[in-house]
Amino acid sequence: MTAGTGIEDLLRELAPQVLGVLVRRSGDFGAAEDAVQEALLAAALHWPADGLPDSPRAWLIQTAGRKMTDQVRSEQARRRREGAAAMREPPPAPVTDRDDTLILVFMCCHPALTPASAIALTLRAVGGLTTAEIANAFLVPEATMAQRISRAKQRIKSSAVPFAMPASDDRAQRLRSVLHVLYLIFNEGYTSSIGPDLHRTELSGEAIRLARMVHAMLPGDGEVTGLLALMLLNDARRPARTGPGGELIPLAEQDRSRWDQALIAEGMALITGALAQGSVGEYQVQAAIAALHDEAARVEDTDWPQILALYGLLERMTGNPMVALNRAIAAAMARGPAAGLALLDALGDRLAGHYRLDAVRAHLLEMSGDTEAAVAHYRAAAGRTTSVPERHYLTSQAARLRAQDEGGHGS
Amino acid sequence: MTKFMLLQNYEGGAGCQLPMAEWAPQDIKAHIDFQHALNAELAAAGELVDAQGLAGPELAMFVTSDGAGAPVVTDGPFPESKELLAGYRMIDVESQARAVEIAAKASAAPGPGGVPIQQPIEVRQVMGAPSPDL
Repeated sequence: MTAGTGIEDLLRELAPQVLGVLVRRSGDFGAAEDAVQEALLAAALHWPADGLPDSPRAWLIQTAGRKMTDQVRSEQARRRREGAAAMREPPPAPVTDRDDTLILVFMCCHPALTPASAIALTLRAVGGLTTAEIANAFLVPEATMAQRISRAKQRIKSSAVPFAMPASDDRAQRLRSVLHVLYLIFNEGYTSSIGPDLHRTELSGEAIRLARMVHAMLPGDGEVTGLLALMLLNDARRPARTGPGGELIPLAEQDRSRWDQALIAEGMALITGALAQGSVGEYQVQAAIAALHDEAARVEDTDWPQILALYGLLERMTGNPMVALNRAIAAAMARGPAAGLALLDALGDRLAGHYRLDAVRAHLLEMSGDTEAAVAHYRAAAGRTTSVPERHYLTSQAARLRAQDEGGHGS
Repeated sequence: MTKFMLLQNYEGGAGCQLPMAEWAPQDIKAHIDFQHALNAELAAAGELVDAQGLAGPELAMFVTSDGAGAPVVTDGPFPESKELLAGYRMIDVESQARAVEIAAKASAAPGPGGVPIQQPIEVRQVMGAPSPDL
């Protein structure tokens, strides 16, 4: 992904609108998507030199429509006549743009797709990124990503999803898929902001842009607002999450003066507004927890009892054992390490062998002064993590504690 | 998606211990065709990151250095050359189960007479991003 220029931003904004129009007219998602990509490339090539057309949107619709007609012409005669006829229709009135774009998002995040396919298709069809940019972000060859996108389009075609707003009983579930896909895109970028994958961080920015777009279309939906707030409140801490050598800096040790206060203010305003509307969902609860961290000027100012209560709520909502781990940390901070360790014991074997369980246990054992057991669990966690920065962090924690312990015995 | 390395050495498997140079030509061809077909299948599925064979143990070197003096370069022949890496595939897949499925296919590559070699495939997860909670 290259740095956003004026034209590039405009193209990204127009891409889903243009695609929505073409899919609505032709009923062929795959062909329309290919044609829009070609039109976007043509615009990126011509506009900087020739200047913007009077109506960039109309230019793109016309160009993509022409490419699609060419494509269709090269196929069989019956399809050629139908396609060409479809392309002669005038563009629909702009009032449908918003609906078309939203329908497109629903389509790309369809639950029939695997998460990886939905992510790739959303970034390309809604985000207007090229296949090469997406491949680069996910560290796979362009041909591999092209196959993934093409299979996703095939899948949509064969599942015969109509280009229409989902019926209201289906809609809540479909919206959940959309939010899940956007959150996965955000985390792909957010978690890679450490270490060697620094260039992938633009995925977070893209996820935020897409979440803003969905929020603008569904301003009254508390979970959409909650997700956007959660992204902003987490992204605000990004500058402080990495040390000079690219190493991981946990929340408690971050330099809070480096947090982005503008993002925090925006996220706070969004989540406060959403919570006041009632009907609280899991993204809103997560955003509320992020907000409590973000508003603590010093780590010792953190409102742990409140965070503990929210993790309790989130665990009841989701039943997710990873949430239980965070709740154990909050319990330890609010009531002491024994309370946190008791919650870990209550997990039974639900997370047996997962490195995060060992990492959290190590942390709580360290808090309780059981250095030897803490070292053992930090080491166990380091052996099972699948992330290099985490392995460095956990190995260093074990080494630091062991050195402290030996130093203590020696004096 | 998670990336895995599927690694194989020169050890052969329960189905075949014979070095490939001693196979019948049509068996060698069938084996090579199988490897190409597997790569093409992974590429079409959007799962292939890279697949490479390595030059033989005859060209392998071991290099050590204390950071000060000239490096020590040891070349072959090596008594344990069967343990050297022969080639690898890097795949990007939905799950560990899928990685195991692909490794199983690779292990069943045809040897002499089309009998599956049953070569052990080492499956290693490539390190990825840290947890978003940290």
